[in-house]
Amino acid sequence: MPAVRETVDQVRSIDVDRYKYGFATDIASDRAPKGLSEDTVRFISAKKGEPDWMLEWRLGAYRRWLTLREPTWARVHYPKIDFQDIYYYAAPKGPAPKSLDEVDPQLLATYEKLGIPLREREILAGVERPRVAVDAVFDSVSVVTTFKDELKKAGVLFMSMSEAIREYPEIVRKYLGTVVPVTDNFYATLNSAVFSDGSFVYVPEGVRCPMELSTYFRINERNTGQFERTLIVAEKGAYVSYLEGCTAPMRDENQLHAAVVEIVALDDAEVKYSTVQNWYPGDKAGKGGVYNFVTKRGDCRGARSKISWTQVETGSAITWKYPSVILRGDDSVGEFFSIAVSNGYQQVDSGTKMTHLGKNTKSRIISKGIAAGHSSNTYRGLVSAHRKATGVRNHTVCDSLLIGPDSAAHTIPYIEARNARAQFEHEATTSKIGDDQLFYARQRGIGEEEAVALIVNGFVRDVIQQLPMEFAVEAQKLIGVSLEGSVG
Amino acid sequence: MALLEIRNLHARIKDDGREILRGVDLVIERGQVHAVMGPNGSGKSTLAYVLAGKDGYEVTEGQVLFDGEDLLALEPEERAQKGVFLAFQYPVEIPGVAGMTFLKTAINAHRRARGEGDLSTPDFMRRVRDASDRLQMTQDMLRRPINTGFSGGEKKRNEILQMTLLEPKLAILDETDSGLDIDALRIVSNGVNALRDPERSMLVITHYQRLLEHIVPDFVHVMSAGRVVRSGGKELALELEATGYADYGSDAA
Repeated sequence: MPAVRETVDQVRSIDVDRYKYGFATDIASDRAPKGLSEDTVRFISAKKGEPDWMLEWRLGAYRRWLTLREPTWARVHYPKIDFQDIYYYAAPKGPAPKSLDEVDPQLLATYEKLGIPLREREILAGVERPRVAVDAVFDSVSVVTTFKDELKKAGVLFMSMSEAIREYPEIVRKYLGTVVPVTDNFYATLNSAVFSDGSFVYVPEGVRCPMELSTYFRINERNTGQFERTLIVAEKGAYVSYLEGCTAPMRDENQLHAAVVEIVALDDAEVKYSTVQNWYPGDKAGKGGVYNFVTKRGDCRGARSKISWTQVETGSAITWKYPSVILRGDDSVGEFFSIAVSNGYQQVDSGTKMTHLGKNTKSRIISKGIAAGHSSNTYRGLVSAHRKATGVRNHTVCDSLLIGPDSAAHTIPYIEARNARAQFEHEATTSKIGDDQLFYARQRGIGEEEAVALIVNGFVRDVIQQLPMEFAVEAQKLIGVSLEGSVG
Repeated sequence: MALLEIRNLHARIKDDGREILRGVDLVIERGQVHAVMGPNGSGKSTLAYVLAGKDGYEVTEGQVLFDGEDLLALEPEERAQKGVFLAFQYPVEIPGVAGMTFLKTAINAHRRARGEGDLSTPDFMRRVRDASDRLQMTQDMLRRPINTGFSGGEKKRNEILQMTLLEPKLAILDETDSGLDIDALRIVSNGVNALRDPERSMLVITHYQRLLEHIVPDFVHVMSAGRVVRSGGKELALELEATGYADYGSDAA
């Protein structure tokens, strides 16, 4: 993804601290009153000019949320979150821009600084650079979506969620909440009540989306939660590849990010969803950073459909995230490829669920956890086969790499086979970057930092190979940056 | 000035304080090949590790000059960049890192240390192909993760390949013959002999005389209990072959 390449290169030259995206944009913003109540929900819905059914849906979720408790099973520790001390909506002031020309120049400058290409004309002018359509989400709203018209010609709908609710309510209504129900879990229910913006993608039957789609999420405001909601629908035989990137300013207080992503793939459809998550991880002492409590799930609803999650997780103070696939259609395929890097005092509890309901469904999991500093890195996964799901196969590989004496890695795989004809394989390893490996590389003249990067890149190679080419190079660099100063 | 001067070198294991090297003296001039022989535990491999800068050893006395410079003050990668190469007795596996990638990283690290730019891919490929052909290594082997799942012979050939491409001033071969059958031994030895050069010195560590039939040394030293106790010409190796190490004790450490 060129956006990421530019992000890394450009921001590297800015060279602030170890976290290169930590600047804040000083822009006047419109916020909901602090705290959460029915009024907050109504405020958000009204701000977005939503139809009544949407408001009712939100209110239902809010009432449900009041009865729920925060999950505590994850291997992460943090002070109790005061949900009344958060702003649930923040948007740059002023009327919504109708085109790129109307977007606040300061916002454009922000994205420019992050290396996210928003100016279509310039992107069109660039010959060698592959084109990527971008939806840029700033705090609670989408500020601009590029290449919308061109995509529409191909039949692909790509726009902000708010816009989709207004323009294509029948599609949204048909699919929203059908993969991650309103009642799913504490954070998903919270998201359903107060979700602000996110992306909506609809690829009609038989259409192969002509370009990569991507969303770039940015949290800017202080004390503000970001509750993005993304819905991707691929009709029969459709194909789309979607990339997501995230950054936030360095702030002393923690920021909450509780997103929901839903993917629906009908017969023979394929969706690839790649994430580079680089939220602010907190400082060296573990102060600040984003709480990334996210529910992502895909539904292989049709026969022979396929959903692949690829994630490179380097940011956030705490990550609680399990991109999953429900394999409902016969012969459908689910994949989860993950690299989770933690350093400093970061805590990661991430993994996947592969729920095999259809016959001859297959899933593959490759998880690579790298823990450095004082961080803790847990893989948690559930692979299950329904009683009638015969011919099911899963292959799981979970590898952990420890750097330094104070980091920790855990692997918690659950396997539930309800029929005797499911074939599940699980491999797991935990290794330390060996002193012998380091010495071997250094004896060949390779400096210590470069040697660590070389060994780590070897460790994550099978996942990196799943990423689009130009994206892979960037992911490797990002991992290198995250591990800077982890040795010596 | 000699290329390598080891003076009264004492070193112990950091963890338990055991003294392994107890006053090693050794001078190697440019272009010379020296063999160090001795019973197991006499300190041969420790000498190689201390020269290369492996962690876990503490030098308590003595000095090592390389090209007149204090070698012990340098980091392992700096020693390598200045021309010290150690062919490992047990080459280390690095999963997922292709041999090609490793080689290229190493070569470019050397080049950068000399203030040169990175090698272009075609140049790199050409050099690798020439060197690997001579060692009868396939390109497939180089695409595989380095040393991972390699046979003993493949690992040793891979060491000599790296040595060929990194062009060291001093090559230390630590028990390079161990684990090699006779064919592999010949290939590896030919590879080493091809690198003999008036500007390149070698320190060949071995337990057996066998290797020295293929790599003929200019000098042979016998180590025992952490010191060089006897030095001579290549005929010393033959004498040892006949008498064994009995006269030199097995080991004190």
